[in-house]
Amino acid sequence: MEPILRVADLSVRIAGLHILQGVSFSVAPTGVTVLLGRNGVGKTTTLRAVVGLTPRNGEARGTVQMGEQTLLSQQTHRLVRGGLGYVPEDRCVFAGLTVAENLRLAERRGTTPAYDRVFALFPELDRRARQRAGSLSGGQQQMLSIGRVLLNDNRLLLVDEPTKGLAPKVVTEVAEVLERVAESVPVLLVEQNLAVVRRLARDAVVLAAGKVAWTGDAQELLRETALTRSLLGVGSAEVQH
Amino acid sequence: MDTVILLTLTGLGLAALYFLVASGLSLVFGLADVLNFAHGLFLGVGAYGTWWAAGNLPGAGSDGFGFVVAVAFGVAAGTLVAVLVELVLIRPLYSRTIEQVLVTVGLSLAGVALLQATWGADARPFPRPEWTRQVTSILGAQVPNGGLLLIVAASLVLGAILAFLRWTRYGLIIRAGVENREMVTALGIDVRKAFTLVFAIGGAAAALAGALGSVYFGTVSPQQGGSLLIFAFIVVVIGGMGSVVGSAYAAVAVGLLQQFVNYYGTSGLGDICVVALLAVVLLLRPQGIAGKVATA
Repeated sequence: MEPILRVADLSVRIAGLHILQGVSFSVAPTGVTVLLGRNGVGKTTTLRAVVGLTPRNGEARGTVQMGEQTLLSQQTHRLVRGGLGYVPEDRCVFAGLTVAENLRLAERRGTTPAYDRVFALFPELDRRARQRAGSLSGGQQQMLSIGRVLLNDNRLLLVDEPTKGLAPKVVTEVAEVLERVAESVPVLLVEQNLAVVRRLARDAVVLAAGKVAWTGDAQELLRETALTRSLLGVGSAEVQH
Repeated sequence: MDTVILLTLTGLGLAALYFLVASGLSLVFGLADVLNFAHGLFLGVGAYGTWWAAGNLPGAGSDGFGFVVAVAFGVAAGTLVAVLVELVLIRPLYSRTIEQVLVTVGLSLAGVALLQATWGADARPFPRPEWTRQVTSILGAQVPNGGLLLIVAASLVLGAILAFLRWTRYGLIIRAGVENREMVTALGIDVRKAFTLVFAIGGAAAALAGALGSVYFGTVSPQQGGSLLIFAFIVVVIGGMGSVVGSAYAAVAVGLLQQFVNYYGTSGLGDICVVALLAVVLLLRPQGIAGKVATA
């Protein structure tokens, strides 16, 4: 199967620092591909480069292609309209707007927003439509952040640490949702929680010091305790959990 | 008692003038992170556009409907200049703060020089309807109609901007963009169109301030925009960057403080008190009254 996303020789420099140095990998057209690595290796930078959010004091070089579409030279709003959904780290909901306004913002002219799909996954958002997003819990904000993206059809979803800072029960809920979402759209996921990775991921790309250190089957990686420990720097208990 | 009423209403008139200039500045800074020192130029263009139209534009004049046409022309001219400034000068410089400051400061100086070169440096009498020269008796106080006109106009502009922010798609984009511009683009929205729109709104409000401010003062001069801009910046900082409602509150506070202190203290002391108020706000609440949220 042709990959949905090809990243070739991607290098990102921000404020003079080489964050990514010739990163190459591909994302399968179905299921979840997880981007792993220790803190600061460039996982978020990779997602942000793909969606055109490299900061002004930075520069991204290389090739990023979604199907026939070349991404790196395009503006973010065009990429997103072209079917690249992005759920950022730390949710980034608009705290001063209501839940309904956050969702309405994601509507696009000429398309019918899929409120049914969003409310089927997150009935809580329908009930809290008039509540300010800033007063939602972390889990509810995460649901809103994912819901905004699912309002439109996507060819690929980029999801950055969706379970970060959430309570274990909410982590399970978010994982369940992503599992259902991944049945219909491929997902490139950055995730530190290995239990979530175990549940969701089929393929894995491991970054180390701005380079790709390992690619392959995610479940195989998690079975190799010593390899996981050396690549991710986590204890054996976390790997086996 | 009538003195207090007079000072209150003239203070509110001054506040209205500050608000008309500050509301656009605040939205532009809140959304686009642009500190626009050329904003006073839009005011100047509005004032001179109205002044020119009243004497030269067919259908326009200094009284009745002709004056409305003249003001509309001035506002349209100010809006057009604001849009052109955004498209031609500011757009290539987003996220380059120092260059933006240099360009907008340069533009404001060049704009004043251009107005001086064209119509002279001296203040000129402003053509205005006869009723704006008169006063209205309110609870015993003789209040200038020009000031009341400013209060009414600023109230209408405040209501219109809030309705726009609250009820329209672009208003929603602007409110969201003030919070997190990057995330707006990540939802597939071309936020640059909102930048242009905010410049247009700010330009129109400033141009209206130029026209009605000239009615209030009775004259038009090239330096008018620059002197009002200083107080407008103070209003923006006190009100909170990006907050229209905050700007309205701050404008009222600054206008009343200036008017009362200048009357009961010595002339000029009001200006010093305004700067002191700015310092107090910066020390105790650096984000201003309403912080960086475009409240609707």
